[in-house]
Amino acid sequence: MASISARRLSKELSEIRSEGCPVGINLVQADDFATWLFTIEVMGESLYQGEVHTLQFRFDTSYPISSPAVQFVVTDGKQAPVHPHVYSNGHICASILGNEWSPVLSVVAVCVTLQSMLASCKKKERPVDNDRYVRNAPDNPKKTRFHYDDDTV
Amino acid sequence: MSSDYEFSDDDGDYYVDDEDMIDGTQDESGQSDDDMDMDAYGDDFKVVPKGKRKSYEVDYDSLSQSAVEKLINDDVEHICGIFGVDASIASLLLRYMSWNKERLIEKYMDNPSAITVAAGITVPEPPSPSAPIRSGPSSATQTTPTARRPTRSSTSKFPSFGSSKSTPSKTPSISPAQPFATPRAAKSEPFVCPICFDDSPTLRTLSLDCKHAFCSGCWTAYLSSKIRDEAEHAIRCMAEGCALVTPDPFIQSVLVPEPGAPAGDPAEEAENAATWARFQELVVRHFVASNPNLKYCPYPSCTNTVSCPSAALKASLITVVPTVSCGARGVGGQMSQSQSQPAQSSLGVAGREHRFCFGCPIESDHRPVVCGVARMWLKKCRDDSETANWIKSNTKECTMCQSTIEKNGGCNHMTCKKCKHEFCWVCMGPWSEHGTAWYSCNRYDEKGGVDARDAQSKSRASLERYLHYYNRWANHEQSAKLSLDLYAKTEKKMEDMQITSALTWIEVQFMKKAVEEVDKCRMTLKWTYAMAYYLAKGNEKDLFEDNQRDLEKAVEDLSELLESPIEAENIPALRQKVTDKTVYVQKRNEIVLEDTATGFLDSRWKWNVTVDGFDDPEKSDN
Repeated sequence: MASISARRLSKELSEIRSEGCPVGINLVQADDFATWLFTIEVMGESLYQGEVHTLQFRFDTSYPISSPAVQFVVTDGKQAPVHPHVYSNGHICASILGNEWSPVLSVVAVCVTLQSMLASCKKKERPVDNDRYVRNAPDNPKKTRFHYDDDTV
Repeated sequence: MSSDYEFSDDDGDYYVDDEDMIDGTQDESGQSDDDMDMDAYGDDFKVVPKGKRKSYEVDYDSLSQSAVEKLINDDVEHICGIFGVDASIASLLLRYMSWNKERLIEKYMDNPSAITVAAGITVPEPPSPSAPIRSGPSSATQTTPTARRPTRSSTSKFPSFGSSKSTPSKTPSISPAQPFATPRAAKSEPFVCPICFDDSPTLRTLSLDCKHAFCSGCWTAYLSSKIRDEAEHAIRCMAEGCALVTPDPFIQSVLVPEPGAPAGDPAEEAENAATWARFQELVVRHFVASNPNLKYCPYPSCTNTVSCPSAALKASLITVVPTVSCGARGVGGQMSQSQSQPAQSSLGVAGREHRFCFGCPIESDHRPVVCGVARMWLKKCRDDSETANWIKSNTKECTMCQSTIEKNGGCNHMTCKKCKHEFCWVCMGPWSEHGTAWYSCNRYDEKGGVDARDAQSKSRASLERYLHYYNRWANHEQSAKLSLDLYAKTEKKMEDMQITSALTWIEVQFMKKAVEEVDKCRMTLKWTYAMAYYLAKGNEKDLFEDNQRDLEKAVEDLSELLESPIEAENIPALRQKVTDKTVYVQKRNEIVLEDTATGFLDSRWKWNVTVDGFDDPEKSDN
């Protein structure tokens, strides 16, 4: 039996290729079942108008039972959006990437959630503990134990 | 005063037991049955007859995992009887309420649907007038939940799981009908598992009452990950935002194939069976952790539980030292029950019984001192503050290069070894200002010099007091670490004895027994020093230290005997001496433990510092 993760990702990929991504989300790279890249853009009226950010997904073999590692790309001149739940190193504090992850969620569903997270933002600012976190942050955001305290933005 | 203790009314016991001991060891003629003798041997040295609890011991029971499962079952059945629900539902409700039956009953009577929703048993539904309590036992007789089942009727409040919680070997109510299977025939389009996107028509799909269907492979992977990696005992449905919790029969049906089912990969099946066993252990652990009367044995891979209601309350820990043992010995696969193999396997660490303190995790047996004081003492010993204290009271810094200097003699004219700076030890000023009259310093700064000396000697006195107790404590700690060597040496001696004399292996056991006793008493002695350090001055402390001294003397005498060379001709004499001493040491140890424990019960001990849970020493002095 091919691993669940490879089978699932190939299905997701073929679905993306045949049906396309939702508006504002584009698949950039999916050469293997380890790392995928998407660009994400908030459509319509928002604080992030005209900004295009790159989102990186990293999968391990336990996907989709456990969540993928998702973060914004901050290398090669790319920037993470300025948002109270996004750290300047690209790490994202979102409960669906942590304890509220469910195996029925998909890559596209995560993209859409993050897109709406940006769209509903009222004020562009970094998380309060940004500097402290970024200084000691692990490479993989899944190793961070986030405390989800605010679901308004 | 101390003599009152030595010749107290316990003496009757002493002589009686002494005779017992002689009976057991001198009866050299009729020892043909070795096994029986081994069993009887351990009892010969018991000073107090079995059955009578000593004041320094606590009442406790050792429970195996199956015994705890029985307790769980009793609770579950109780709830089943009251609520008229299935065992698996009762079990989920109890787990949700941390096994607090009273609160569960209260809450359930108050609002049954709220609690079943909160516990993840039923799907939250638009309010319906029918209360699930009325569904009663009929829920058990309900048919296979189909995807199309109307969810309005009151009977659908509970999913229809079998009641096979405690019978992991068989799955009576599940096997025939596969109640969790989601019938695909009823659906118009072919089923595609939303997780692995597998659409093979042979796929076995399963869902809870929420109708979120997934293939069995995904369920297995999910449950295994939750149980193995996250040690979760309440596993929710895989669907996003769904709060339903998988009941035990469901987990079992996923992980353990039904009898007669086509055989899968044997390695995988074994893995899944282990996961199911692990899940059952997790439930037991949750039950034990929720019950203050119970504690899981902390030894690696031991699954026993100890029940000790008398030490369950934190307040009781100031009067008792709840040293307990789960009854097993050894580590991992080599564990054995101590009842079946008494003294034989206890040499060395591997065969030690699983002894631990019910009240604290600091050390397995810190009798006679209570947890709070033991903890304080260990913290003090660990803190570097004492080292700093020593440095402060014994050294000064060179005013030039800041090197730490300890003055161990000579005059006040100091020359720093490192930077060659010359200064006066008293005023710390450069020596050049003193000229040849070194005492001029004294006269110049008389008041300050006296003050400084006073402060220094005070600090030194408290430090010396601490070091006095610490050194003795550490000495016994060190001896305990060396006890492994001593065990090995003693075993060698016992072999020598067998060769040089006509004694049998059984008859030379007295050596081993003596070593064990010395080891045990050293543990007691060790902790008496921690206790004495904190005891307030007074008659009680004097008595305590008298008992401590007597035990220490007896232990050292016995240790010396054990170390003495063995000569063939005086083995019988040595044997007599060692056995006598062993019994005496045992007796002294009993006295220390007994007296200290009684003291805690009578709150006789007064401390020189504030100890958690005890009266403030300042107040009680007045």
